[in-house]
Parts: sequence; C-alpha cells; structure tokens
Amino acid sequence: MALEVSRTAAGLQLDLTGEWGMREFAALEEQLAALELNQGQKVQIVTQRLTSLELSGAWALRQFLGRARAAGATVNFQGAPPDQLRLLEETLKESEAPASAASPAAAAPSVETEALVTIGRHAVSAGQDLVQGLAFVGRTVTTFLGSIGSAQRLRPISVARHVYDTGITAVPIVALIAFLISVIIAYMSAQQLRGLGVDIYVVDLVTIGVLRELGVLLTSIIVAGRSGSSFAAELGSMQLNEEVDALIATGVDPFEALVVPRVLGLVIALPLLTIVADLIGLLGGALLCRFLLDMPLSQYVHRVNEAISATTFWVGFMKAPVFAMLIALAGCYRGMQVRGSARELGRLVTVAVVQAIFFVILADALFAVLFMELNI
Amino acid sequence: MSEPVLQVQGLVNRFGRQLVHDGLDMEVGQDEVFGIVGGSGAGKSVLLRSILGLQRPQAGVVRINGQDITRLSEAQLRPIKARYGVAFQQGALYSGLTVLQNVQLPMIEHLDLPAAARDELAILKIRLVGLPADAAVKYPAQLSGGMVKRAAIARALSLDPGLLFLDEPTSGLDPVSAAAFDDLVLYLQKQLKLTIVMITHDLDSIFRTCNRVGVIVNRRMESDTLERIVDHPDPWIQAYFHGERARARLAGAAHGA
Repeated sequence: MALEVSRTAAGLQLDLTGEWGMREFAALEEQLAALELNQGQKVQIVTQRLTSLELSGAWALRQFLGRARAAGATVNFQGAPPDQLRLLEETLKESEAPASAASPAAAAPSVETEALVTIGRHAVSAGQDLVQGLAFVGRTVTTFLGSIGSAQRLRPISVARHVYDTGITAVPIVALIAFLISVIIAYMSAQQLRGLGVDIYVVDLVTIGVLRELGVLLTSIIVAGRSGSSFAAELGSMQLNEEVDALIATGVDPFEALVVPRVLGLVIALPLLTIVADLIGLLGGALLCRFLLDMPLSQYVHRVNEAISATTFWVGFMKAPVFAMLIALAGCYRGMQVRGSARELGRLVTVAVVQAIFFVILADALFAVLFMELNI
Repeated sequence: MSEPVLQVQGLVNRFGRQLVHDGLDMEVGQDEVFGIVGGSGAGKSVLLRSILGLQRPQAGVVRINGQDITRLSEAQLRPIKARYGVAFQQGALYSGLTVLQNVQLPMIEHLDLPAAARDELAILKIRLVGLPADAAVKYPAQLSGGMVKRAAIARALSLDPGLLFLDEPTSGLDPVSAAAFDDLVLYLQKQLKLTIVMITHDLDSIFRTCNRVGVIVNRRMESDTLERIVDHPDPWIQAYFHGERARARLAGAAHGA
C-alpha cells in the first residue's frame, strides 16, 4: 500500500509510503482518485516514509493537489513539500498554453465530408503519382540517351554487377520454376488429350505455351519479386541514409549512377533468363513425354520442330526487355520516392513489387492482342 | 560509497583475432556522471553494447544494480532494462512514430497505464528535456539534430530510470547547442538524481558535466576523478587532455576556478 489514509480531528491525513514511481502509477492514481474531497476540508500530507518519489509519482500527487484545490480543500505538507513538485511546476509553467493546442482533433469534420475529402485526396495523389511516374521514366530515358557514346557515363561495371545480381543468381530458381510449369502443362494436357487419342499434341501445347507465354511471363514475375523489391529497398535505404543526397551534392546524377545501370542491367539479364527458362521448359516437357507418354526423344524433337513457326520463340523473347524495363522502372521509381521513415520504405517496396507484376501482366495482355491483330 | 550502480569486471571482447577489451574494469557509483573516453576504435561502443546486453562478452561480469546481466536470459533482463534509459548517438528514434509515440513506446511495452496518463506523462518528459510542446506531434524526420537528441533523452527517461546511458550526446551539435545540452544533462542529473554514463569525445562536455572519467587505453580502462585523471602518466591520456585542443580548455577552467 503506497498510501495510508487516516482521519484525524483536523481532517484527512495521507501517509505516503514506499516507492512512488512508474510501476506504481496506475494503482496510485486509482487510490488518489478514490479519495473524497469536500469544501473546507483539511488534508495533511506526510512524506517522511516515502522511500522514493519519481517524476511520475510526483505527477500523480500534483494531479491530486489540483483536484483538492478545485474542490476547495486545503492541503498542507508536514515539513517541506517534495522537491519533485517544484520541478514539475518549473517544467510545466513555461508553456502551459501550447499544450492544449497540441492536443489533436479540435473540430472533427462529419463522416460525409471526411469521405469526400478522402476520395478527393486519393484522386489528386493518384494523378500526381502518374505525372511523377512519367517524369521519372522521361528522366531515365533522357539520362540514358545522354550517356550513350560515353563508356564512363554508361557505367559498365555497375551494369555488369546488376546483370550478375538480377540474372546469374536468379538462374537456379528460374530454371526450377520453368521445369515445374512445363511438367504441369504436359501432365494436364496429356490427361485431356489421351482420351481423344491425340496425345502427340501435348508437345505442341508445351512448346508453344512455354515459348510464347509462360517462359517469359513466369520469369518476369519471379524477377519482379526478386529484383524489383531489391531495387526499391536498396534505393530506399540509400534515400533514408542521405546517400542519394550525397551523390547529388558530389555532382553525380543519381539517375545516371543508380537508375540507368539497374534498368540496363535488367534489360540485359531478363532476356537471357528467358532463354534459360525456355530451354529448361522444353527439357521438362521432353522428360514428361518420355516417361509418361513413352514418346522417344527423337519423336519429341521432331514434333517440336513442326510445332514452332519462325516467330514462336521471338514472340516470347521480344517481350522480355519490355517487361524488364517495366520492373526496373517500378522498383527504382518507388525506391527513389522513399522519404523519412522505415515504414515508408516497407510500403513502397510492396508497391514496387505489386505494380511491377501488374504492369508485366498488363503489357502481356496488350502484346497478346497486338500479335493476334498482326496474325503472328 | 554505497553499492555501485554499474560494475564491469574483467571484460573481454574479441572479434576474430582482434582483441578489443582485455580485462577491462569499470565502476560507476550512485549519482555520478561518468564519462567514457577513448580513441576511435578503442572499443567505447563495444563496451556500451556489452553493458546494454546487445552483445555477449567472451568473459567478464557486468553488474547493473548488483545483478550480473551476462548470465541472465532475455526474459530476466526485461525488468532490468526498464530501470535504465539509453539515448543512442543518432537518436535511433523510431522513424514511423511521432515524438510522443516514441516516448510512450517503453511505457506501452513495460507498463499497463491508461492512455490519458500515458499522454500526460509523455508530454511531461518532452517538456522536461526542453522541447516545445508542438514537437510532440512531429515525426523524427521533421526535427533538427539537436531536437532529435533531446527527444532521444525524453524517450530514455520514459520509465523514470535511475541510470541513463548517453552515447556521444553532443556530437554533431554546434558549440552553443552542445553547451545547452550539457546544461540539460546536469539539470536532469540534479533534479532526477540520475546516475549518468556517457561516451563522449567532447572535452568541453567532459569538463562541464563529468565528475569521473574512464579512459580506454591498451584494451583496459583507467578511471579516476576528473581532477586526477588529467595528470595520469599514460601518453594517450596526456595527449588527450593536454593536446592542442585541450590546453585552451584547461586554461579556461583554471580561470573559471
């Protein structure tokens, strides 16, 4: 018990005992609040048995004194009032007024206006985002065009590093996914086509599916998750660390040093990864046909040759650099947007990956329509 | 002297083949302002990290209020951590939270307080370190360097600790702000009866605030009162306290005294 209450002839006597600190704060406030205070009542506070009075304990006592004064009671300390109370007064008197100004929600708007305001804000920020995104793309392109012809300004070492990071190190996972996907297609289609007695067409499905669409699309989605996020996180933490500002202050254009090498690196790496995915995909199809359909390898190769036309591979392959650009730009743009806080970094990395995947699929759909119209 | 608040005995820290501390001893008593000094790379930060339990030393004992923290589990450390506050060099304020929320975070983690009381106590701490009340709703990115340092102290004081660690509190501040900051440290020490351990390079700061100083030399610590440590024969200590930069300060101190 940190507070002993006794009634004397003069009025209330409060004995403060033990420790009055943070850990006791909740209990103290409760006990002090339970005390009844009347007009003209005398309250005597004894602090001799207090072992320690921390700032929070003093705060609780001060709140009580204020309440007693408001109720019209008179409070006396036996001996001098504790030093801590004086410290509190000193700290608080300097600017009592702004404290109330600091308390939020002066006049809360109604729900309807708030909804409208939220919609409006989102619309405006979406519009600004679009404009800024286009400006970012524009600046990347002009920086790139400006540095063409100068080996130094194109930063080949940096580009090579990004080809390695986004390309070479991604080969195992891309190969594995391509293999599994082609096995899935072959297996599913074999089950359907076998009933019709045309299981030879499994080869056509695998070949065309992997080469035209799935090879490049799945590779892009994996790369968006791997490299889109790493671009955004890397540039974002450089922003937080003021490293980007340091570059600018040194007279280095961050687009030239950071953005263009990443875009170029991925534009080189993703098509190469696509070739890997295509090869492994065809290999997976071959294995499944060999063991599930008992098709000899020579027949598989022959059939593949018949299934593909001159354009099949190129239709898939030429999408890769476009997807690479979308992924790299989304990652770099969001990364460069990071300001101020770690939370912002996390949010924008998420946005970067989601948008990269979204743009890749959207572009793939547009390509599909385009190729259909062109009859390829 | 009563039981030391912080006691380090025979501390050994080694990274691979690099020996940072080799039998370092250190003792900080009640109500002292203890300054830790040492050359760059002498292991000041490693010492602080060992004391805070951020890093297990290879050997040695670190006692805070009599308890050896090197032998305690994370769960057993929790109540001990609630009784000291740390202000890191760069502030280490949580960038996604306002100053008010930063100060409240230790309260939320360690105590079960009603929200209103939490607000009031946090505002009190923010005022105590000399920040204007409107700083409470700002995010760390919106604060100046000096304000970040003050906010870091407010957060360190969140739970009314008796022991406060400051890592280079005046680094990166202009001399006027640094002096004001030293005054704040002294004021808080006196008013709240704090024991303060601070790592610092700033000679002005040492002469203004510290009453005992520990210098890390040769992987050990030489500690003494400020008046006596300046006469220690070790060449590094001599260079530190009697070098070009220090001489003016010593002369000034002699004038003032």
